[in-house]
Amino acid sequence: MSYKTIELEILRYRPEVDAEPWFQTYRVPCEEDWVVLDAINYVKDHLDSTLSYRWSCHMAVCGSCGVMIDGDAALACKTFVRDLPERKIRIEPLKNFPIERDLVVVMDDFMEKLGRVKPYVIREKDKPLEEGEYRQTPAQLKKFKQYTLCINCLCCYAACPQYGLIPEFIGPAALALAHRYNQDSRDEGKRERDEVVTRNEGVWDCSFADACSAVCPKKVDPAGAIQQMKIASTVDWYVERLGLGRKKT
Amino acid sequence: MTPKPYVREIPRTTWYLSRRGDMLHMVHEVSSIFIGIYSLVLLWGIQSLAEGPVAYQAFLDGLSSPLLLAFQWVTLALVLFHAQAWFALTPKAMPIQIGEQFVPDGLIAGAHYLAWGVFSLVVLYLAGVF
Amino acid sequence: MKSNKPLFWSLFAAGGTVAAFVMPVLLVITLLAGYGMVPEALSYERLHAVAGGWPGKIVLFVIVSLSLWHAAHRMRTALHGLGLRADRAVAIAGYGIAALGTVLSLHYLLAI
Repeated sequence: MSYKTIELEILRYRPEVDAEPWFQTYRVPCEEDWVVLDAINYVKDHLDSTLSYRWSCHMAVCGSCGVMIDGDAALACKTFVRDLPERKIRIEPLKNFPIERDLVVVMDDFMEKLGRVKPYVIREKDKPLEEGEYRQTPAQLKKFKQYTLCINCLCCYAACPQYGLIPEFIGPAALALAHRYNQDSRDEGKRERDEVVTRNEGVWDCSFADACSAVCPKKVDPAGAIQQMKIASTVDWYVERLGLGRKKT
Repeated sequence: MTPKPYVREIPRTTWYLSRRGDMLHMVHEVSSIFIGIYSLVLLWGIQSLAEGPVAYQAFLDGLSSPLLLAFQWVTLALVLFHAQAWFALTPKAMPIQIGEQFVPDGLIAGAHYLAWGVFSLVVLYLAGVF
Repeated sequence: MKSNKPLFWSLFAAGGTVAAFVMPVLLVITLLAGYGMVPEALSYERLHAVAGGWPGKIVLFVIVSLSLWHAAHRMRTALHGLGLRADRAVAIAGYGIAALGTVLSLHYLLAI
């Protein structure tokens, strides 16, 4: 016995036959504990095996199943059917990305930008192994921990109005990761990252709409990270202009 | 088969109408224009103050014109919206870490509201409103 | 490419804070005046005396100038978001007005 039958409107796009995307409606009998991903899986398994979408873990860890649910970017595996107000649920691929097929988007742009912010620990000179590990206090870890929780689901890019309007914008998740490493006491790569971060299409194209943080399923708060980098970059700018800083080598 | 990704156009002048959050953000953005115009009104007041009592009286009379009254009401609403949004966002931009823990956002925002309320009352008192 | 955004953004942020704290109560006061209930502080003699002293001058200057810079900077994203794709012209106009307003407010305040 199903809990309720919903109408799932899914945006379809098959590049070999469709000139543009169109909505296909499926009637899905849902159980009370179903998330939206369960309903999509039901379609795939029982109603229409041609439907394409990404998913893997079903537990908000892999970051594959980000889609627009009734207009809001969210993980299909973390959104319960019972929490949605209507019997009709509209599923679209993530906004602001080209559609590859059905609910699958092209994420090349993000991948390229992610690489540009150098999201890894950079040392000016690596310490020899025999000198032991880089030690870190709990307070130093806490400083950047929340930014490590990003699963690259790209919900933040789909929600970001500025990324939609300015495609060059580096965007929330990549900038949050830049901040994550800048805030890491083991890291010395801030100046390298600043080459990208402090450009107009870095932090300055952000208008602090806070939409990225509102939709983030892991509470990473990219918007906060970006504002903190704006402040740091502003301080650096004044220090440099007023000649207060150390000499650049 | 060559892939043929489909790019969805964003409606250039109306994109913010489809999501509540986007719309509120747009209201916040537009509040700046009203803040700017009100600053010019204040500038006009300063100018009239420098020019003497007659010019200053003309400024006070100007404040009571229907257009400026309506403008001031709209600006008051927008600037209150701006203030609450600004106080809500400030803790994200300037988090305070004491020892290991971060000060809760609500506490920082709350301190802003408290300071704002006290400040406003003091100004009203000094202005002779009560 | 070095961005000049830090300069304008810092003025924007400072102005946004000033506007949030000060403008609601200022609007209440000017609205009262608009309805004929002119508060004591808005009488010509009182306000002239306040603006005659340095603390008064500085406070008024900071409020007017920073709020203008706040508005000028945010107007860029506001108008861009509303569909006007002429950022350069908007920036020049907005920052121009803010700079002019800054100079004028200084000029008038020093004349009081």
